[in-house]
Amino acid sequence: MPCSDQRALRDWLDDTANSDSAVLNGPDAQVPLGALAQGSSLDVDVARLADQSVLIATRDQLTTALALIELDGVARRLTLLPPDFPRGHVPAIVAKAEIDAAVVSEDTCEGNIAAALKVICRPPIAPVGRPRLDPRATEWVMFTSGTTGVPKMVVHSLAGLTAAIARRERRSETIVWSTFYDIRRYGGLQILLRAILDGGSMVLSDAHEPVADFLLRLGRLGVTHISGTPSHWRRALMSPQARAIAPRSVRLSGEISDQAILDNLRSFYAPAPVVHAYASTEAGVAFEVRDGLEGFPASVIGAPGEVEMKVVGGTLRILSPRTAARYLGEAAALIDADGFVDTGDMLQLRGERYYFAGRRGGIINVGGLKVHPEEVEAVINRHPQVRMSLVLPRKNPITGAIVVADVVLKADAATDNAAGRIGALRSEIMELCRARLPQHKVPAMIRFVPSLNVAASGKLERPHA
Amino acid sequence: MTTKLIISSEIEKVASEQKVTLAPLSDDLVLLSSGLDSLCFAILVARLEDTLGVDPFTASDDVSFPVTLADFVKAYDNAVQ
Repeated sequence: MPCSDQRALRDWLDDTANSDSAVLNGPDAQVPLGALAQGSSLDVDVARLADQSVLIATRDQLTTALALIELDGVARRLTLLPPDFPRGHVPAIVAKAEIDAAVVSEDTCEGNIAAALKVICRPPIAPVGRPRLDPRATEWVMFTSGTTGVPKMVVHSLAGLTAAIARRERRSETIVWSTFYDIRRYGGLQILLRAILDGGSMVLSDAHEPVADFLLRLGRLGVTHISGTPSHWRRALMSPQARAIAPRSVRLSGEISDQAILDNLRSFYAPAPVVHAYASTEAGVAFEVRDGLEGFPASVIGAPGEVEMKVVGGTLRILSPRTAARYLGEAAALIDADGFVDTGDMLQLRGERYYFAGRRGGIINVGGLKVHPEEVEAVINRHPQVRMSLVLPRKNPITGAIVVADVVLKADAATDNAAGRIGALRSEIMELCRARLPQHKVPAMIRFVPSLNVAASGKLERPHA
Repeated sequence: MTTKLIISSEIEKVASEQKVTLAPLSDDLVLLSSGLDSLCFAILVARLEDTLGVDPFTASDDVSFPVTLADFVKAYDNAVQ
């Protein structure tokens, strides 16, 4: 809808403290934000994308960032395609988001994007005049990672996405932001928006860049504020180049931060504060924990403020202006009758603190990638000698959790089992899983058990279910 | 079998299962250059917990993350003592 009081992302470039010196750094190219304020990275007149629903499907994060800055306030809808998005689902989301145009990289071959207009975005900024366009409140569409089938599309506004970002006084110190996340994910986008609103530079990661090279690049560019999941950070600390950076602020989000990773980061990057934040694509940024301890103070729940939280049935619910507006093309409601998002994250109260206790329904988070146990069980159960199986999370210091399976064999197989076929059967089931599932969903361990508990409902008993 | 031999054997097993090419397992091998990714390490640490009865990266508050294979073996040696 037309909107006159909402600032577009590009408007921030004009008045941020360091916009002259602020730079977006990709692995292969750099773009001064000041140049973007005076030109364009797109190969069409931006007016052609006014009021359009635009899919941003560029190969790299730098061009995605450029397209977002240019098109917020212009396009009707911007849909951010994550890099690992299953290509088979692209036609479905093109239809659902009513895509009119796609922004792609020069070297991308996106034959399956059926958009009327293909726009190429490339880093050198052409000094072109910008037409006067009526400002619009652009919808930002991101994808969830926690569902089976086609990922859900979550509709945000720039106002909601930036509501958690505290504007600071103008200052002379240089801020260089970075994140191990991809900016096409909620956690990464938050850091890009912080950089733009706060007038800092930003160093973008690249999935194909080795951790050591990224750390060296961060060190060369003098990163001061950096975020990642606990799994990202564990990997960074295992790199000989972990000392290449000396950040002034370290942030974790996206997975449960355990005490070991918080302590490690605090001692490694002292005196930088180590903050862990709770955020999700649907609920937005809810709260930050600054005391260096895992979990969060129980007083956070029910405390008055912009973000209101409560625990219902052991699960965290959040009412917040940072919450997404709705799912796109889904009948399912994003919020409950009282306006709260049900996060599905289970909490345990111990003393004066809440601790995260995994996901309701047994969804397993392996280094930020979600696994539905039922999907893995369905594959295991295809083996002719398997009667039933139960897939479970096992806590892990590297990826937060890994997938393990308890398997009940059919009677004849159990006899074979006794005869020494156990190792062969385990290998066969693993091979079956490897052939049909991505690596993070394949059970790391299979245990053969005589039986599994079945509840009165006739369903397998699951932890937290 | 020494801790180091048990660890080397588990590393080779995980690498073979995950179909990754493993660098020669020398003491100064940088783990991130070994060919194993985060998921491989996650599986390795879980398997070693079952074999050796310890997970030094969860058990202790002050253990640092290992950079080389020697660091990794040392973390287990310290934990099993």
